[in-house]
Amino acid sequence: MTLWERAQLAITLLAIDPQRLGGLVIRARAGPAQAAMLAAVQALDIPKVKLQHHMTVEVLNGDIDLTASLAGRQLVTRKSIFDCAPSLFVLPMAERSAPQFSARICQALEAGRGHALIALDEGVEEGDGLPAALTDRLAFHITLDDLALQDLSPITLPRSLEDIRAAVSGVILPADLVEEAVALAASLGISSLRAPLLLRYAAQAHAAFHARYEVTEEDLKVAVMLVYPHRATRLPQDPEPEAQPEETNSAEAPQDANQAIPPNDLMIEAVKAVLPSGVLAQLQSAVKQPASGSGSGARRKGNHRGRPLPARLGPKNSGARVDLVATLRAAIPWQTLRKAANPEAVGPIFKASDLRHKCYEIQSDRLLIFTVDASGSAAVARLAEAKGAVELLLGEAYARRDHVALYAFRGTGSEALLPPTRSLVQTKKRLAALPGGGATPLAAGLAAAFNLALQERRNGLTPTLILLTDGRANVALDGSNDRAQAAVDALMLAQKIAEAQIPALVIDTTIRPEKTLQTLAGKMRANYIALPRSDAKTVSGAVSSVLAHSG
Amino acid sequence: MKQPFPFSAIVGQDDMKLAMVLTAIDPSIAGVLVFGERGTGKSTAVRALAGLLPPILAVKACPVNSADVKDCPAWSDISDASVQSIATPVVDLPLGASEDRVTGALDIEKALTKGEKAFQPGLFAQANRGYLYIDEVNLLEDHIVDLLLDVAQSGENVVEREGLSIRHAARFVLVGSGNPEEGELRPQLMDRFGLSVDVLSSTSIDERIEVIKRRDAYENDHEAFIAHWQSEDATLRARIVAARAALGDLQTPDSALRRVAELCIALGSDGLRGELTLLKAARALAAFAGDAAVTDDHIRKTAVLALRHRLRRDPLDESGSSSRVARTVAEILGD
Repeated sequence: MTLWERAQLAITLLAIDPQRLGGLVIRARAGPAQAAMLAAVQALDIPKVKLQHHMTVEVLNGDIDLTASLAGRQLVTRKSIFDCAPSLFVLPMAERSAPQFSARICQALEAGRGHALIALDEGVEEGDGLPAALTDRLAFHITLDDLALQDLSPITLPRSLEDIRAAVSGVILPADLVEEAVALAASLGISSLRAPLLLRYAAQAHAAFHARYEVTEEDLKVAVMLVYPHRATRLPQDPEPEAQPEETNSAEAPQDANQAIPPNDLMIEAVKAVLPSGVLAQLQSAVKQPASGSGSGARRKGNHRGRPLPARLGPKNSGARVDLVATLRAAIPWQTLRKAANPEAVGPIFKASDLRHKCYEIQSDRLLIFTVDASGSAAVARLAEAKGAVELLLGEAYARRDHVALYAFRGTGSEALLPPTRSLVQTKKRLAALPGGGATPLAAGLAAAFNLALQERRNGLTPTLILLTDGRANVALDGSNDRAQAAVDALMLAQKIAEAQIPALVIDTTIRPEKTLQTLAGKMRANYIALPRSDAKTVSGAVSSVLAHSG
Repeated sequence: MKQPFPFSAIVGQDDMKLAMVLTAIDPSIAGVLVFGERGTGKSTAVRALAGLLPPILAVKACPVNSADVKDCPAWSDISDASVQSIATPVVDLPLGASEDRVTGALDIEKALTKGEKAFQPGLFAQANRGYLYIDEVNLLEDHIVDLLLDVAQSGENVVEREGLSIRHAARFVLVGSGNPEEGELRPQLMDRFGLSVDVLSSTSIDERIEVIKRRDAYENDHEAFIAHWQSEDATLRARIVAARAALGDLQTPDSALRRVAELCIALGSDGLRGELTLLKAARALAAFAGDAAVTDDHIRKTAVLALRHRLRRDPLDESGSSSRVARTVAEILGD
């Protein structure tokens, strides 16, 4: 089955049973393929509603219609956009959905109103895509990017949709096929139980489409091709990849043991046929990396710029902007009362309590956590040069109005030289006074920086770690002079930092770049630069690129 | 609208079900936080809970479901003192709800059409004596969380706006669900939930097949399925009612108090709240099991539920908080 045939089939099945199948993700850049799909969607006999990202809470949840209320002098409420007959919602640029927005859509899909969603995912990079919570609820996922123009053909939907729809819920699914579907999901590493449910609905729809009253192996195979591939996290034949996170390993051990029903090879072949090569590797990396809702740094509320949030009561500070419409909306209901109390007043009467101010969500400030190796080995090498590099970075940080914190580690532990601050002068002073000498407790330094990063992230800053070291760790976390343990501890912390998705940069200060340090940086998913080979520009360029990723 | 999926028909997820039953027995446990992966039946369980709870007696037309007419807030202007049996309220707090909607505000309709100043109760009022459910609780706006923290603590909702000065009881069991991948929860809010459950999707193939089969029966053979499981729900409801009655006479020996304190000290859980909740949960479990006194066994079974979200987070500890609690429980109580 070609990609385009699959796409056609997905639309057809969705047209047959939109409420149970939930919807379809179309991953494609704008172009003829997407246009053809959309044309088919438009031709469906279900009402279509377009969703937009700037839709406010009022539109999504329903609220008072101010204009109509005023005009009619009676309360007119506007219904939520989801409060309508079963419809097909079309969400363009779905990859841009904020978590709150997509959560609201998820709730609407599950409210039992029979809605379905077509999500147009125009993501370019691996990793940007729909919020996982949404993808999980939609049965199908079609990637159209690899399609050539000549592959496209107009999509025709069956005429007698009504008859098929009436028949679909009556289609019987034999028990052994249910078991097969569940076992297959497990062997593909699909943990959500929605997947086999959606598979069932898809198989039923396909059977009804071919006027069958019972799901056959063929129906199931087609459904598997449409529902499972993008959810798979591994292939059953593959030996367990070593890098899998531990939880998955322990969770899978008992599962493999009681795998009473071996997954049907035919079905696995069906999944494999759909998966382009290399996709699985990406899927696995997607599993390892916990998806954060929006993939970017912490957010916080501000009054001036960013994405609009619902208006808040009263100006909390003088700099806030008044939200005129929200203020009017708050004041209008009182007018009858206030007019009665104050008959000679002209025009609407406002009071301080009516004031609403605008609220925006903005990206939070950045915090650069410098962790500097001040051990003897590093001091001999080039502590002074490292200091110079840090000063350079500090200058940049100052220009960007970033916050800066400074840690140094030597001897048996690490020391906080400077708590998060914006003061450049202070930082420079402390840095210049930093003495060198002693052993290299790399793990302790990383631990201190890591803890600070987590703490400040909770406080709304977006931390970035910058580590300057020669990588010759020789003191373990517990303070003992055990070189092997020291290396293990440092790697463990690097892993933690990567898991917490804290962007990091490792600057190697040795004369000859250390292999171990590159491994460490890899574990940390950090950018690595060797100081000897880098001039001031490279260092600042590297920092800028790290920061760009973190923002 | 179809009947919600029956509570008893949920396959597996014993921790989640137990936690919900315990709050039904003793509402002062104050809530369950259900955190877990997608597609594990979090929302299904909460929706099912509504069907499981025994009905309550409330004054007719009382906006806050008061049991007695003298508890009705003065502003509600109740003339009819008769009580009726209503289903325990399970109120949804949708994401993006405005402050006015949550706390209650001026009744706009009355103000506009009649020029009358009246209070329109919000979700807090509706949820009094019942449950307040927040799906995707980790995505809740900060200012709503602030309101929630205050009301969940004080049990009273206070609205002070121009001309309006309203207070009413707002005691409810907080149920939150969410997916930790989408964002963290403030520790302060986490603390307001009495119990917390980490749901994982089942790894047993048989169990997973059973889930799909029951779902199938629920959809295609709706009446028979509901009839069958409703009788199971009724049995469970009867046990909950019996446990509520037994709670008063339940013995709590000093040894149990000591055990609970030892556990909390060993774990370094913040504040006394953990201790209190663990004790309440253990008592509820003892009552549910029909035992006469709280034993170590009850404490063992509820410790993880009551304490796992109260530990200081240690980013260097490989194992999760659940296993840390379990380990300490094993050390102190023995296996």
